[in-house]
Amino acid sequence: MNVLNFIESFFTNSAHWRGYDGIPQRVWEHIQYSVAALSIAAAVGLPIGLVTGHTGRGGNALAFVSAAARALPTFGLLVLMFVWLGLGVLPVMVPLVVLAIPPILITTYEAVRTVDPSPVDAARGMGMSEGKILLQVEVPAALQLILSGLRSAAIQIVSTATIAAYVSLGGVGRYIVDGLYQRNYEKVVGGATLTAVLALLVLVVFWAVGRGAVSPGVRRRRAA
Amino acid sequence: MNGFFDIPSDLQSSYLGLVSTHLQEALIPVFVGFALALPIGLLCVRVRWLYPPVLWITTVLYAIPSLAFFVVLIDYTGLSRLTVMIPLTLYSLVILVPSVVDGVRSVPEETNAAAAAMGIGLVRRYVQVQLPIAVPAIIAGLRVAAASSISLVSVGALIGNQGALGNLLTTAMLYQRPALAVNSVVTTAVLAVLVDALLVLLRKLLTPWQPPSDRKVRRTAARAADAPGATRTSPTAGAARAPEHVS
Amino acid sequence: MSNVTIASSSTRTSATYAVSLLVVAAVALTGCGSSDSSDKDDPLQGNAEGGGTVVVGSNNFPESILLADIYGEALKSKGVKVSYKLNIGSRETTYGLIKNGTLTVLPEYNGALLAYLNSKADPKTAEETTKGIEAELDSKLTLLESSKAQDKDAVAVNAATAKKYNLTEKSTIADLADIAPKLVIGGSPEFQTRHHGLPGLKDDYGLEFKSFKALDAGGPLTVAALKSNNIQAGNIFTTDPGIEKNQFLVLQDPKNLFGFENVTPLVYKSDLPAKGVSALNAVSAKLDTETLIELNSEVQNKKKDPLDVAKTWLSSEGLI
Repeated sequence: MNVLNFIESFFTNSAHWRGYDGIPQRVWEHIQYSVAALSIAAAVGLPIGLVTGHTGRGGNALAFVSAAARALPTFGLLVLMFVWLGLGVLPVMVPLVVLAIPPILITTYEAVRTVDPSPVDAARGMGMSEGKILLQVEVPAALQLILSGLRSAAIQIVSTATIAAYVSLGGVGRYIVDGLYQRNYEKVVGGATLTAVLALLVLVVFWAVGRGAVSPGVRRRRAA
Repeated sequence: MNGFFDIPSDLQSSYLGLVSTHLQEALIPVFVGFALALPIGLLCVRVRWLYPPVLWITTVLYAIPSLAFFVVLIDYTGLSRLTVMIPLTLYSLVILVPSVVDGVRSVPEETNAAAAAMGIGLVRRYVQVQLPIAVPAIIAGLRVAAASSISLVSVGALIGNQGALGNLLTTAMLYQRPALAVNSVVTTAVLAVLVDALLVLLRKLLTPWQPPSDRKVRRTAARAADAPGATRTSPTAGAARAPEHVS
Repeated sequence: MSNVTIASSSTRTSATYAVSLLVVAAVALTGCGSSDSSDKDDPLQGNAEGGGTVVVGSNNFPESILLADIYGEALKSKGVKVSYKLNIGSRETTYGLIKNGTLTVLPEYNGALLAYLNSKADPKTAEETTKGIEAELDSKLTLLESSKAQDKDAVAVNAATAKKYNLTEKSTIADLADIAPKLVIGGSPEFQTRHHGLPGLKDDYGLEFKSFKALDAGGPLTVAALKSNNIQAGNIFTTDPGIEKNQFLVLQDPKNLFGFENVTPLVYKSDLPAKGVSALNAVSAKLDTETLIELNSEVQNKKKDPLDVAKTWLSSEGLI
C-alpha cells in the first residue's frame, strides 16, 4: 500500500467533493466544532489566566486544575457525555473544552506573570489603575506567549475533533471512522490528511494574527 | 449486573486485568519513546540546523489523529496491542525530543566548558553532565507524554477491543450502561494522576539540589527565556510545543 | 579523575542494561502481537481431538456477541478449547480475520454474507443463498447448517414519520420513493457503501435520501436517533427488541433486497474439530427467530450479561 496513492485517489475522486458527505461540508463542520470549542475554552481560560497572572496568586491551584483536566481521558469523556446526554453537539464540546483549557490557562498565567516588572512598576507609579495596567501594559507584552497557548489549544482541538464522528457527528473524522468500518483506507488516509492540513492552517492563522497583533517593539525584543 | 465493577463477559478480562493492560499499553510506548528521544535529542543538540525541520515534522505527525494511525497499521500488525502502542510511541517521541533538546540547551555554557576542560568526551558529557541537569525539563515532558498516552489507549477500543479500560466505553455504548463509562473515565484519570505523582517524586529524587518548590525554578527559567539570545526554555514554551494529544 | 572513570563505567553498564531491557521488551511485545495469528495458521492444529484452541469471534453488535457466546459455550461443553474475540468490528474486518485463520468461528447471516461476497447475487430461496455463498467463499472457509432464526436488515421509520406520510404495516420500501428526498436515513457507517444498504436501496428501489447519518449497526445509537427524530428512517435488525418498544414501523421488502438472513456459523475449516461441527449444528437446529428476539431482549432490555443468557438458554435446551 502506498499512502501517497491513497491521498491522490481520495482527493481526485469527484464524488468526495459533493453533497452532505463531501469534503467542503465536512471541513466546514470541522471548523465549526473547533471554533466553538476554542471560543468556549478561551472565554473560560483567558480571564482566569489574566487575573491570576496579574496578581501572581493561585499558581498552585491552576497547576492542580490543569493537571486534573489533563488526567481526564478525552475519548472516555466523549462516550460518557454521550451515554448521559444522547445525540448532539454538547457531548463533543465538553471533552474538547476540557482538553483546551489547560494550555490556555497555564500559558496565559505564565505569560502575564513573567512580564518584565519594571514597565509595570512605572505604570503603577504613573497612577494607572490595576485593570489598565493589565490590559495596556501586561497583555501587549505577554501577547505573543498568550497566542502560543491558544495556538497549541487550537491544534489539539482540530486533531481531537475527529472523534466527534464516533458519536455520529460530522467533521473530517467522519472519513476516518467510516473508513475503519468500511475497510476503506483511502478514506482514512484522506481524513488524516485533511486533519493535518487543518492543523497547518491553524499554524498559519496564528502566525498571521501574531504578525498583526503583537506590537513590533515586543516582537523585536523576543526575536533578538 | 449493572454495578460499577461488573465487567461484561465480552471483554474477557477482570477489572484489574484491564488496569494492568492499560498501564502496559500506555507506559511501554513512553519508555520506548524516551529511549529513542535521547539519541535523537543529542543529534539535534549537536547538529543545530536539524532541530527546526525535526520540530516541523513532529508537529504535523502530532496532528494526525491516533485512530487514523491505528487503522492504517491494522494491515501490518493486526488487531493487536502493538497496533495501539506503535503510534503512542511516536507521540511520546514527539513530546520528548523537544523536552530533551530544550533541557540540554539550558545547560549553562560554563558547565559545558568545565566538562570539556576535564576531558570528558561528547557522549559522556551528554549522559553524565547535560542530561542530569536537564532532568526537570525531561520529567516535565515525560509527565505530558504519560498523561497523553494513558488517555489515548482508550481509543484502541475501536479496533477490536484493544483499548484496555477504553473497552468499557464501547461496551457502555453497546448495552447502554453509563456506569461502565463512568468506571472507565474515573479509573483512567486515577491512573494518570498516580503516574504523574510518581514522576514528580522521581524528579525530586533525581534532583536533590533543586529547591523543594518548583515555582522558583519556573520563574528563573521563564526569565532566562526572556533574556536576549536565550533559547525557548520556559516551561510554558515547552507546554506550548508539547501539548497533550488526545484524539 | 579516577572517581570519574569508575562512575562512568558503572553508568555505562547500567545504560547498556536499560537499553537492552527495552529491546527485549520490544521484541517480547512484537512476539505477543503476532503470535495470535501465527499459531492459528498451523494446519496441524485442526481436527486433532481437543487440540488447538478454537477462537470464536463476533461483530460489533449485541446479537453477534450473544451468538458467539452461545457457539463458544456449546463448543466448550463438548470438550473443545475455546477463546473469545468479541465486538471486533464490521464484516468488512471480521471476514478478513476468519479468512486468515485468526478467528475459527464467526456467527454470520447467510444473505448478508452473500451480498458482501457478491453484490449482484439475487437468491430466491434460502438454499440458493447458501449455494451462492459456497461458490464465492474462500476455500479455507465453510458454512455450517443454517438455523431457522432470521435476523434481517430492515428499513424502519419512526412513528411520527409513519403518521405524517400515512405509512402502515403494509407499506413497502418502494412507498418511500417520493418522500425519501425529505428523509434522513441512518445506519452503520458500512451501510453507506454496502449492497445491503444505500447502494441496494438506490438500485432496487430508486431511493435517494436527503442525507445519511452514520450511527451503529442496528444498535442503541440508531434506535436513539430514530426515537428522537434525528433520523426519520433507519437500518434496524428485525430481531431488535427496540422496534416494538418504540413503535417503529418496519417496511416490507417486496424486491427482497435484504434476502434471507438466517443465522449460520461461518468456520475456518481446518481449525474446528468434528465434534465442534456437530455441536454447532445442534445449536442451529434449536435456534429460531422468536428465541433470538427473546434472548436479545434479555441482554438489551433486562441488561443481563450475554454469556449468562447464552448458558441459561443452552442448558434449557439440553445443549450443555
